[in-house]
Amino acid sequence: MSILLDGTTTVLVQGITGREGSFHTEQMQELATKVVAGTSPGKGGTTHLGVPVFNTVADAVKATGATASGIFVPAPFAADAIMEAAAAGITLIVCITEGIPIQDMIRVKDFLRGYPQARLLGANCPGLITPGHAKIGIIPQRITSSGHVGLVSRSGTLTYEVASALSAAGMGQSTIVGIGGDPVLGLTFRDVVELFEKDSATTHLVLIGEIGGSDEEHAAELLAKGTRLKAVAFISGRTAPEGKRMGHAGAIISGNRGTAKSKEEAFRKAGVEVAETTDEIVGMLK
Amino acid sequence: MKLLEYQAKEVLASLGIPIPPGVVARTPDEAAAAVEKLGPVAVKAQVPVGGRGKAGGIKLAKTPEEARAAAQQIIGMDIKGFKVPLVYCESALDIAREIYLGFTVDRDARANILMLSAKGGMDIEQVAEESPESISRLYPNPWRGPLDFELAQLIYDAGLEDIARPLSALIKRLYRAIPDFDALTAEINPLVVTKSGEVVAGDAKLEIDDNAAWRHKDLEQKYGSVLEGDPYEVEAKKRALTYVSLDGDIGIIGNGAGLCMGTLDLVQRAGGKPANFCDIGGGAKAEVVENALAVILMNPKVKGVLINVFGGITRGDEVAKGVITARDNLKMKLPLVVRLSGTREEEGREILRENGIEPGVSGWEAAKKIVELTRAGARA
Repeated sequence: MSILLDGTTTVLVQGITGREGSFHTEQMQELATKVVAGTSPGKGGTTHLGVPVFNTVADAVKATGATASGIFVPAPFAADAIMEAAAAGITLIVCITEGIPIQDMIRVKDFLRGYPQARLLGANCPGLITPGHAKIGIIPQRITSSGHVGLVSRSGTLTYEVASALSAAGMGQSTIVGIGGDPVLGLTFRDVVELFEKDSATTHLVLIGEIGGSDEEHAAELLAKGTRLKAVAFISGRTAPEGKRMGHAGAIISGNRGTAKSKEEAFRKAGVEVAETTDEIVGMLK
Repeated sequence: MKLLEYQAKEVLASLGIPIPPGVVARTPDEAAAAVEKLGPVAVKAQVPVGGRGKAGGIKLAKTPEEARAAAQQIIGMDIKGFKVPLVYCESALDIAREIYLGFTVDRDARANILMLSAKGGMDIEQVAEESPESISRLYPNPWRGPLDFELAQLIYDAGLEDIARPLSALIKRLYRAIPDFDALTAEINPLVVTKSGEVVAGDAKLEIDDNAAWRHKDLEQKYGSVLEGDPYEVEAKKRALTYVSLDGDIGIIGNGAGLCMGTLDLVQRAGGKPANFCDIGGGAKAEVVENALAVILMNPKVKGVLINVFGGITRGDEVAKGVITARDNLKMKLPLVVRLSGTREEEGREILRENGIEPGVSGWEAAKKIVELTRAGARA
């Protein structure tokens, strides 16, 4: 078992003919992910990497029944690609693209309210992987192994770091989810923790947070209500200097939340162990 | 991109928001001339950071002599790491009351929030803490913007019904900064009501989303070059790098903000002090690594550099080649530790070894190594 994605999920790749889209589709196929379709406007009717290419997501869904999508299109087109996927009935939208304007994402979030069946992961995230079965995105499968640790992270590269250490220590992962580091994004820590909580294959949980926002605090509030998972958290940026701020608006809405200290305290209060370096995580999880 | 006050006010004026008459002065003489033209003025330091009033960056001047003296003091002054490049001389306002008005992105709500308070001015953060109910809030629909009745509610909630009409029109104009300019923050504090009843922007803060720079090339062209902050940050920006200067002596390059911040934490934990934060992002090419290294080596305080790359989309062999080329092109002699892992890491490590750079194993070990090497270098 796993969350969000398994070997039976039918996957569409938006932007399949691009450089990154091609490279990572091959990687996804290598792991036996069921990539059933790709889109690339103007290239409908062709085949790329053995996968039929369509002009639009609606065409692809109609022809192949794809339920999940990985988005690799450039930033100026990514917000539209997310909305196109939701409107076509895709239920898991994974947006890898980085650099999407925040106002575009705010409009996307509002649009998605009309499509409650659509879950968005990202943008600006490494995607997700259920080791040994399937992945959407760019997490290298080589550093993962199948097992019972649920891993959720805001940082791409720190996710790899921790997955690699877990695998080396013989602690496989049920699913690894990179939620992305953008200020306005889809699935949150709390959403993913809820899913892991319900997944019988997951017995352990690692959360890798970052300074800024209060998603970590919200997840901690959930965990404080009681969890069956053995959990460890890590927050990066504890020594980062305060940003050179202008204006008061940010401070008015966030107050003291968002600092590494606030997040670490929230997790400790919830009974979750907090690692000071990523190297400590494996030991604390055992 | 954070605009300076006078730039933000130019943008607000283009949206139809009343601003006081003002003149930009780059020299004390220009400031003196401003008083001759405008009468008594406030001489205001132009820096993209808050708290300049408390730092002595705003002075009132009634005569040309006073303006000249004020400008002399303020231009070149350091305010929170920013050297003041110029001052803005603005007609002094006859203030009856000060209102707070600001838009920003509320990360938790994944939406823009509009805030309005009758208790504007310098102490608004204290107001937010002590009496949050005195700040009324609205989340406008991002597709259509705030509607009249929503603004009416907001204004009545804030107790500002006596100026509801001009205020509602002004808020709608300020809101245009979001769809028209991709503003992340658009704040007027104080929004001044003068004794004659006019509503005027006393100050303005505007931050434009860098991710949307491609939609606003005109703004970038007009205002991008005026921002004189930290010289390394300015150079990094020209080279399209995500870079923040810190005050230590170990240069840091990482891919991904989280890993990069984590690397700062590790170096600090190992007893070192990072000179910077530099995230080369996903898909880092040889050219990007060279650019990053070039900016870091500009800083004479830097005694060694740690590169920490864990690849997903980033390829280890490309990073390694970039590091070697950069080191050779820049004739770098300082200690360099490279921690490389991820996609095509074996090839990457091999390339490093062939070129005399020992690849670090873990981030923690690499951090300890660079701290040790820079200390040894400092003693020698």
